[in-house]
Amino acid sequence: MSDMAATRDGYGQALLEMAGDEKVVVLEADLGKSTKSVIFRKAHPERTISCGIGEQNMMLIGAGLASSGYKPFASTFAIFTERGFEQVRNGIARPNLAVHICGSHGGTHTGTDGGSAQSIEDLAIYRTLPNMTVMHPSDYLSAMSLTKQCLGLSGPSYMRTARNKTIKLYSDESEITIGKANILRHGDAVAIIACGVLVGESLEAAEALAAEGIEAMVLDMHTLKPLDNEAINRAVDTCGCLVTAEDHSVIGGLGGAVAEYVCANQPVPLEMVGVKDRFGESAQSDEMLEMMGLTSKHIAAAARRAIQRKENN
Amino acid sequence: MAEDCSISELEAKASRCRGEILRMTHRASAGHPGGSLSETDILVALYATKMRVDPANPKWPDRDRFILSKGHASPGMYAILEEQGFISKEDLKSYRVMGGTCQGHVDMKWTPGVDFSAGSLGMGLSYGIGCALAARFDGSERNAYVMLGDGEIQEGSVWEAAMAAAHHELGNLKVFVDCNRIQNDDFVENQMRMFDIAAKWESFGWAVREIDGHNMQEILDALDWFDGVGNKPAVIVANTVKGKGVSFMENNPAFHGAAPNDEQLGQGLAELGLIQ
Repeated sequence: MSDMAATRDGYGQALLEMAGDEKVVVLEADLGKSTKSVIFRKAHPERTISCGIGEQNMMLIGAGLASSGYKPFASTFAIFTERGFEQVRNGIARPNLAVHICGSHGGTHTGTDGGSAQSIEDLAIYRTLPNMTVMHPSDYLSAMSLTKQCLGLSGPSYMRTARNKTIKLYSDESEITIGKANILRHGDAVAIIACGVLVGESLEAAEALAAEGIEAMVLDMHTLKPLDNEAINRAVDTCGCLVTAEDHSVIGGLGGAVAEYVCANQPVPLEMVGVKDRFGESAQSDEMLEMMGLTSKHIAAAARRAIQRKENN
Repeated sequence: MAEDCSISELEAKASRCRGEILRMTHRASAGHPGGSLSETDILVALYATKMRVDPANPKWPDRDRFILSKGHASPGMYAILEEQGFISKEDLKSYRVMGGTCQGHVDMKWTPGVDFSAGSLGMGLSYGIGCALAARFDGSERNAYVMLGDGEIQEGSVWEAAMAAAHHELGNLKVFVDCNRIQNDDFVENQMRMFDIAAKWESFGWAVREIDGHNMQEILDALDWFDGVGNKPAVIVANTVKGKGVSFMENNPAFHGAAPNDEQLGQGLAELGLIQ
């Protein structure tokens, strides 16, 4: 396999590899070819439930299955999971039923389909629900690993995957655990806390900063809830300033989550790279990241600002 | 487990349930008596003659499921659960009380015998599909019963579920629509005309039977009919009276979500033959 792969493929492959657990069932809403649950369906059509184009219904079918001892994995586009938000809230999260929801094609990176398809709020809204685990993996292998770990959760989860290929950051030996951030680069000048497709951009930014003599720590915060507070504490202690980076609104997402924690505990300068309270539009993925200010260049600039603020304190 | 009951025994049981509905809502000074009274005869017949459940083991995995999708009509549910021995008379006093077994809307985490946490309309049928599919995967004969309201089926998600149940040929999914003709603000006719409810379900691929939802014999016959419909999901469209059994509540939109006062409680219990 090349160095590039899509997180949605990691999700689909994980479903297939979990099929040995006969309680695993897969729910689709006419987007299995896109979310990659089709990989499971091809091998196990008898355990794949077509819900048609009906996301509200899909969420609660999952709840009914979970209450009866099954392990449902339901996927559609991130944006369409939101249509069933109240079903998720009242039918899944409140009774704490272990339904695992995957929203693919999240973020502006989704590209040319345009603003209607680019969910920039999914992580924020699911993070507000008690009992929910919320994840946004950065690469193929971490998506696969985190999906499989859902079987160990006693409650529901939401995972955002991305449509387009991103660079592979992990190997088969990597240890990836729900709720534990992965430090991908060490440094002491600034800590960049990123998720999803912006983890790769953050590593590029760190390289650019290193060329200027600035050593940045890079964390892959693949789990937004529960947030790895210990990792944030260490980053704060080591670096004294933070940057968050996400292909998501800065309101309520990773930036919001880190800000909530840091402000209430150990305030340090924090710069947020993310979508600035606006909707996307049609463009290629790289053009979208540029338009929204989400590239490695923007992350590096945010890092310099954070360091400047730290030094001014 | 299911019992054999005579019509008169079932009717007496229904009257006792109605009395508890009045007492619960009166005690709480809140709640939904109207839709509880309209669903009561069906709940009584179902629990007393059909439901494969065990009050001593309410989480028995192979039990039939009952999903009160119109979850605000919880007093009716609590009354039958008390009759069947899932909860106690003391539990009924906890209706809407902090820390109480009987939450405002039915809640599977709080009340033994409740299979779904409802309260937000339009959700129970989809959940029932999940339960019915699980039964099929398990190779079990168990059923998923769902109670909807006629106002509730204005929620579009109900029709997503109706399509899916027929598509997946869920003959173990058995639904009641409690057509009491009144919703929160007013008569259904004034809020959103439903036209021919039975025809709607039929056109979605369901087996349909219309009954008088207060005629115990018709209810029992319809429950037997459920068992013979084959691989189609089946729905009983039950014509009911909101507030049934209490004269001043019958067909009165004011008692959708209002409790009886002291005087009304006395009058209601007297009309039900529960006090002199």
